Amino acid sequence: MILKVDPSAPVISLRGISKDFIVARKAASALRKIDLDIHRGEIFGIIGSSGAGKSTLLRIINLLERPTAGEVLFDEEPITNARGAELRSIRRRIGMVFQHFNLLSAKTVAENVAFPLKLAGERSSAMIAERVDKLLVRVGLQDHASKYPKQLSGGQKQRVGIARALALQPEVLLCDEATSALDPQTTRSVLKLLAEINRELGITIVLITHEMDVVRQVCHRVAVLDHGQVVELGPVETVFLHPSHVKTRELVHEADHADEELFPDSGVSNGQLYRLTFVGQRTYHPVLGAIAREFRVDYVITGGRIGVIRNMPYAQLTVLFTDGNVPGATARLRANGIAVEHLRGEARAFSLPATAT
Amino acid sequence: MILQSIGWDEILEAGLATLAMLGGSLFFTVLFGLPLGILLFLTGRTQLLEQTFAYSVLSAVLNVIRSVPFIILLILLMPLTVLLTGTSLGVRGVIPPLVIGTAPFFARLVETALREVNRGVIEATQAMGGSIWQIVFRALLPEALPGLIAGVSVTAIVLVDYTAMSGAIGGGGLGDLAIRYGYQRFKTDVMIVTVILLILLVQTLQAFGNRLVIHFTRK
Repeated sequence: MILKVDPSAPVISLRGISKDFIVARKAASALRKIDLDIHRGEIFGIIGSSGAGKSTLLRIINLLERPTAGEVLFDEEPITNARGAELRSIRRRIGMVFQHFNLLSAKTVAENVAFPLKLAGERSSAMIAERVDKLLVRVGLQDHASKYPKQLSGGQKQRVGIARALALQPEVLLCDEATSALDPQTTRSVLKLLAEINRELGITIVLITHEMDVVRQVCHRVAVLDHGQVVELGPVETVFLHPSHVKTRELVHEADHADEELFPDSGVSNGQLYRLTFVGQRTYHPVLGAIAREFRVDYVITGGRIGVIRNMPYAQLTVLFTDGNVPGATARLRANGIAVEHLRGEARAFSLPATAT
Repeated sequence: MILQSIGWDEILEAGLATLAMLGGSLFFTVLFGLPLGILLFLTGRTQLLEQTFAYSVLSAVLNVIRSVPFIILLILLMPLTVLLTGTSLGVRGVIPPLVIGTAPFFARLVETALREVNRGVIEATQAMGGSIWQIVFRALLPEALPGLIAGVSVTAIVLVDYTAMSGAIGGGGLGDLAIRYGYQRFKTDVMIVTVILLILLVQTLQAFGNRLVIHFTRK
């Protein structure tokens, strides 16, 4: 089954969600009036600094936390006040993966994966064994079924966590910093697995993370959370390449060591500073040099990042033009589908190319 | 020979009485202490069934019982013991005070063992749609098993100590023998033999407990 992302029918909707905590006898608000729609079939990322309320927001989706105000809708049904058996049956349709795996140390890998099935009252051990085998093959742990969690590496433990979360064939998978305890290489392989699960099983994934690379690698859309509010929301390409909120810029450019704010006042301060964004195949076309020669501009690349956002290559360079026909050069860059943003120097309006993919 | 004055028959009888008291009271201590400990854990602060008032009351009652010296508890509980078992003497007559004296202690050990369980496991079980009973019986208790077993062996050893004390009020057993012959009749050899037997019993219990803990530890 392959599901396309369908924006018309959100699988999860948050309506005016607020959450207050009592800290030292005073109410502190963790979330303020959050509205979000998670589309069926997408991988939705929620980013923010620690303390922004990401974890609380994720836990409100499966009601491990109750919102102080607002409504949670699952499949367009309000579930905010569900309790008892009703709540438990909703939770069985929403899997959850944790930063520290939270496996049962006294159970083997296979028993851990079978655990949700047993809790749900599944009695047929043949059915359980079959489901567990399939899941272990999917996460690549078929040879480790009878091991105990302590005998596994971090990446393997998280694979068990993912298999367990999939055991009840949920519609939605919540990932709470699922890769934050893993090294970069393991992170990549776990993300690959999550993307595969999303693509092949059509399971909607909501993940929270403080690692921007996680979002770049797998998310379709992303929401930026700051002080309990959603300050920016959109497709990952837009949010990461053209962030509009200060907080987003801070998060997105955290790893880019040269940016307009960081650019030192050097001798060549009479130039004009631009940010050029190349996406898709344009990333690999040698346009910058050709245009520079044509318009006789000199340039210095002062910073930037070349990478991949969800299989789409991109380059974002901060370039100081020092001489020549700069307006002509920037116009030609735009004509080539390159986003040109003016950062400093003699003011120029910037525009985004309509053709950005 | 010095040991000729020892009546081995009597020692055997006393030893069996001690084992009977130990077995009987350990069974009831776990039977009552385990649910109490689970209740303490669940109603504690930030736990699943947080009930600050209920927790404080329960906690205070257990502390009061634990503060009373066991020998005093034995005497205080006599009317209750007679009511429950029909006698305040012998093996049957000491089991109620032994259980009441050690169940609160064991309940505390259970509470501590459950607190040692990774909170994330509880959260994960909740997220899978587990009920409170499932969380307790399918996740918490199995995860805490090594800690619970260690608690049982510590409690058994405390019980050996208490059975000896209950000899003072006619409970029988090795402690009774040690007091009657060793202390009251100056038969030091009898006292030494009973003490050695008690030491062996404690060592065996501890060693057995440790073996089980290691066997069930997967962390």
